[in-house]
Amino acid sequence: MKSKTIVLFGRLMKHILRSPDTIITVALMPIAMMLMFVYVFGGAVKTSLGDGVNYVNYQLPGILLIAIASGISYTAFRLFGDMENGFFARLNAMPIKRSSVLWAHVLTSLVSNILTLVVVFLVALLMGFRSGAGVLSWLAVAGILVLFTLALTWVAVIPGLTAKSLEGASAFSYPLIFLPMLSSAFVPTETMPAVLRVFAENQPVTSIVNTLRALLNAEPVGSEIWVALAWCVGIAAVAYLFAMRAYRRVA
Amino acid sequence: MSDFAVQVKGLRKSFKTTEVLKGVDLEVRRGEIFALLGSNGAGKTTIVNILSTLLKSDGGAASVCGLDVKNQADKVRQSISLTGQFAAVDGVLTGRENLSLIAELRDVPNPAHIADSLLERFFLTDAANKRAGTYSGGMKRRLDIAMSLVGTPSVIFLDEPTTGLDPEGRLEVWKMVKELAGGGTTILLTTQYLEEAEQLADRIAILHVGKIIVNGTLAELKKLFPPAKTEYIEKQPTLEEIFLAIIGKEGANK
Ligand SMILES: Nc1ncnc2c1ncn2[C@@H]1O[C@H](COP(=O)(O)OP(=O)(O)OP(=O)(O)O)[C@@H](O)[C@H]1O
Ligand SMILES: [Mg+2]
Repeated sequence: MKSKTIVLFGRLMKHILRSPDTIITVALMPIAMMLMFVYVFGGAVKTSLGDGVNYVNYQLPGILLIAIASGISYTAFRLFGDMENGFFARLNAMPIKRSSVLWAHVLTSLVSNILTLVVVFLVALLMGFRSGAGVLSWLAVAGILVLFTLALTWVAVIPGLTAKSLEGASAFSYPLIFLPMLSSAFVPTETMPAVLRVFAENQPVTSIVNTLRALLNAEPVGSEIWVALAWCVGIAAVAYLFAMRAYRRVA
Repeated sequence: MSDFAVQVKGLRKSFKTTEVLKGVDLEVRRGEIFALLGSNGAGKTTIVNILSTLLKSDGGAASVCGLDVKNQADKVRQSISLTGQFAAVDGVLTGRENLSLIAELRDVPNPAHIADSLLERFFLTDAANKRAGTYSGGMKRRLDIAMSLVGTPSVIFLDEPTTGLDPEGRLEVWKMVKELAGGGTTILLTTQYLEEAEQLADRIAILHVGKIIVNGTLAELKKLFPPAKTEYIEKQPTLEEIFLAIIGKEGANK
């Protein structure tokens, strides 16, 4: 017997595959930003980074996080859609484990974001991304990206379940997409004014970006990986609690 | 096993400060069509949602097939099916996919076969492979009801099944409801159309300001109405007149 979560996951994947605009926005937006960063700003930034820095490598972690942040807005969007048109209620009145409905959305979010990330990686490869990372480092990169996706997915569940309108359900992701701009993702934080620099150096994106960058460039990671993991786990845990609270109210 | 498919006693429910249900009592016998009649905002959907385990009541008792909707919700869901007030179909999936999805979720053997036979029964075979989002309102509603029949639940809740349908669509739904009841399914439907209750229901309850104010067969309800007004013209009251008269009376007592 197929798990109900898997059956419902199959349904949501059909949603994704049948709305090309979703796929395009989710994959193309980060790719377009990558093109812009590398080919428009890249030349200028490189001079301050010093010789020998591969800027495609440098900015890739930030682009990956942007891709995830924009991808999870569709998680909220799909969940809101199910709430809005009564499908969620229909499923909740059926003899299936209620949590499978929510987990199907979470699983869909993970899988679709991973697919997007693979596409972004491939494009980066075409643009000159090169990595000397070993298997373990790659596994660590994958683990951090999945964990970050999971954390933001639980964040997305909250507006998905509680928003009053479609705009409200996806608007929360705009600041998340913007956050990598105010971090070490595209330019070194040293050049920023003091206040901004303090913010940039202490917000979650910077530690995650620095860790991913070090792993991909096969450089020593240092203690920052623990800060990055702590942020991911912390965000996931807090968001999960709030998401479950919202969920219990509606299911 | 009790003779009642649905039993509700002293059911109360408030949303923040508004008290919507103020002690609702009703009983639906097995195999009958029971119509819950009430105006907008009377609390019909609230009752249906409590009975289908979507909403928790604040007080009173409600059971379906002898199972408490609060404490035995999982078991209740095995025997019920809900067609909510607004058609809840997946617009991205085709009609056939919607039906086989529900069949898979309900562990019905051979989902494809069930889907095909329901599509035929609801005149949706031609549109089977079109996305449900492109269906007309009537087609969506038919698919919606068809989805509720998957797995042959013993109690079906239909919340305003014919609202928004044209007369033809309404007649089709009526026919189908009668067929279902003929096959032994218990049906609790809500409606604002008095004619619908009159046509379909074995028993009718009128919900007004949070309480059931009358409950009985159509014949019983007609008896409540004052006798014909003049000696010359004998006039049978319609259910509509009964409804308005009772509501008027209640209102005056307040
Ligand atoms: N989730 C909710 N939060 C607050 N108030 C609610 C909620 N659901 C229903 N109500 C209120 O409860 C009352 C009864 O609503 P309900 O939907 O049960 O009525 P109804 O008889 O189904 O009406 P209609 O014929 O319009 O569908 C209404 O006044 C409605 O505003
Ligand atoms: Mg209603």
